[in-house]
Amino acid sequence: MTPSTHRVWRLGADIDTDQLAPGAYMKLDIDGIAPHCLEGVRADFAAGVRPGDVIAAGPNFGIGSSREQAAGVLVRLGLRAVIAPSFSGLYFRNAFNLGLLLLTCPQAEVLTEGEHITLDLQALTVTTAAGRTLPCEPIPRFLLDMVRAGGLMNQLRQRLGKA
Amino acid sequence: MTDNPLGAPPPSAAPAAAPPQTLAQKLLARASGRPHVAAGEIVNCRVDLAMFHDSSGPRRLKPMLEELGARIWDPSRVVLVMDHYVPARDEDSRRIVRIARDWAAEQRLPHVYDSIGICHVVLPQQGHLRPGLFCVGGDSHSPTGGAFGAYMFGIGSTEMLGVVVTGEIWVRVPQTIRMWWDGRLAPGLTAKDMMLAMTGRFGMNGADYQAVEFCGSAVQALSMPERMTMSNMSAELGAQTGLIAPDDTTRAWLRGVGVADETIETEGWHTDEGAPATTHRFDAATLAPQVALPHSPANARDVGDAAGTPVQVAYVGACTGAKLEDLRAAAQVLRGHRVAEGVQLMVAPASLRDQQDAEREGVMAVLRAAGAELLPTACGACSGYGGTIPEGANVIATTARNFKGRMGAATAQVYLASPYTVAASALRGRISDPREVLA
Repeated sequence: MTPSTHRVWRLGADIDTDQLAPGAYMKLDIDGIAPHCLEGVRADFAAGVRPGDVIAAGPNFGIGSSREQAAGVLVRLGLRAVIAPSFSGLYFRNAFNLGLLLLTCPQAEVLTEGEHITLDLQALTVTTAAGRTLPCEPIPRFLLDMVRAGGLMNQLRQRLGKA
Repeated sequence: MTDNPLGAPPPSAAPAAAPPQTLAQKLLARASGRPHVAAGEIVNCRVDLAMFHDSSGPRRLKPMLEELGARIWDPSRVVLVMDHYVPARDEDSRRIVRIARDWAAEQRLPHVYDSIGICHVVLPQQGHLRPGLFCVGGDSHSPTGGAFGAYMFGIGSTEMLGVVVTGEIWVRVPQTIRMWWDGRLAPGLTAKDMMLAMTGRFGMNGADYQAVEFCGSAVQALSMPERMTMSNMSAELGAQTGLIAPDDTTRAWLRGVGVADETIETEGWHTDEGAPATTHRFDAATLAPQVALPHSPANARDVGDAAGTPVQVAYVGACTGAKLEDLRAAAQVLRGHRVAEGVQLMVAPASLRDQQDAEREGVMAVLRAAGAELLPTACGACSGYGGTIPEGANVIATTARNFKGRMGAATAQVYLASPYTVAASALRGRISDPREVLA
């Protein structure tokens, strides 16, 4: 896998599932929820995000509900990855199940709004626009495979011969 | 024996020589079919029970199962509870609930509970939980099952699809964090206060998806509904599971809901002496009632720090805070009184059984006489799925989460507290220490 370059959306700490997928829109499908993703935190996010962008956030990204739509909206919006010093464990599972890459990066706070960073999934590093390389915590192989497959549903399709 | 060239004893003989294990390790060893497991290793577990509700379940699982042409691995191990979009208040809600009902009939699901209460409370009340089980739930408060000595945790719908198709799920064996509470709670204090204190101290992700185990004399003294409140809010600590070693209290409660005595195993389901765990100690006797300020459960502090804040809405509801004992606590404060002028008190019992028991005891009559408005036994306003929290209001609630906008009003300021504190605050129209009212 060759390293790839991505634009950063900078968010703070404790971004919860109710901000990512607000309860009032949970009756809708993912296309209906996506325009409201983070509307209470970054009103410009859902309309401004471009496929391939990444989020750099503070600690505890994804705390709260088990609603996987909180990860699904980011997949729907084309986000490449979320980079943060820590994630909710439940959100972590949901994200990989839906094919969203999460990178646990202790130094994620140095990433700034709008900068273009490089991801190397072989080495599991983030390189800042200024050329500083930040290591990320290892990810079990089967979870990286899940993200590469586009999520658990795709893997089940293959396993059950429905691909 | 070709894969056992060193002549190690077979797995069944291993426990005698096994290293000391935590309760979490023992539960995962059983579920993964191993003599013992070590923290950090990833194991595949067989699921004893999968629970989901109308929001996370059928409307998401049905289309995915149909696309895969797959079937439910074992319908007898599935429990469906309709609690999020009931009673249906609009066309979208009606559609979601209709999908759940139709699918339940089509799949001939044997365990379906429609509009009788919130899943985390209905599940044990219907006798589905026992010590030693390995369970998953399609809701983040699924660790509630840990109060019964079952390993239970929340997962999303796609992962639930994986469980429903294969009957299995992976787990990274967690480390164990023991929350050891000495002493006894003073009158007017509850498990909710203990949980808010811990969330305030460790933060919303402080448990880092490890296993939390609640123990010590103050925990052993708690009733099962109070233990459920503790395990329920281990979600707020960011734990994968929140366990309490089963004992005679567990056994008596389970027998009371009709679980056969011979199927309840309490022996052995505890953390061994010398097992690897981090222990934090607390003194229950000196704990003051806790209030979490907007907009995080981690903003917990002694009620004195928030006392005097005016409130317009008091909400006794949710799996966390509207079980029979919670209703009793609110009634104890409100008996013979009416809530303050301008305060709206809403009560949404956690289950129909809790409501009926409270009715029989005269608890509901006390709450009604105090001015309470009775809401359906459903998730309701806790997660913004129903109910009417006005914009701009100060709300004090027995729920588990006060994220900005969660209850449906973006400008509401939500404070979390025990049912005693919520009732005392409703009585005075401002956040109040329930000990002053109970004295």
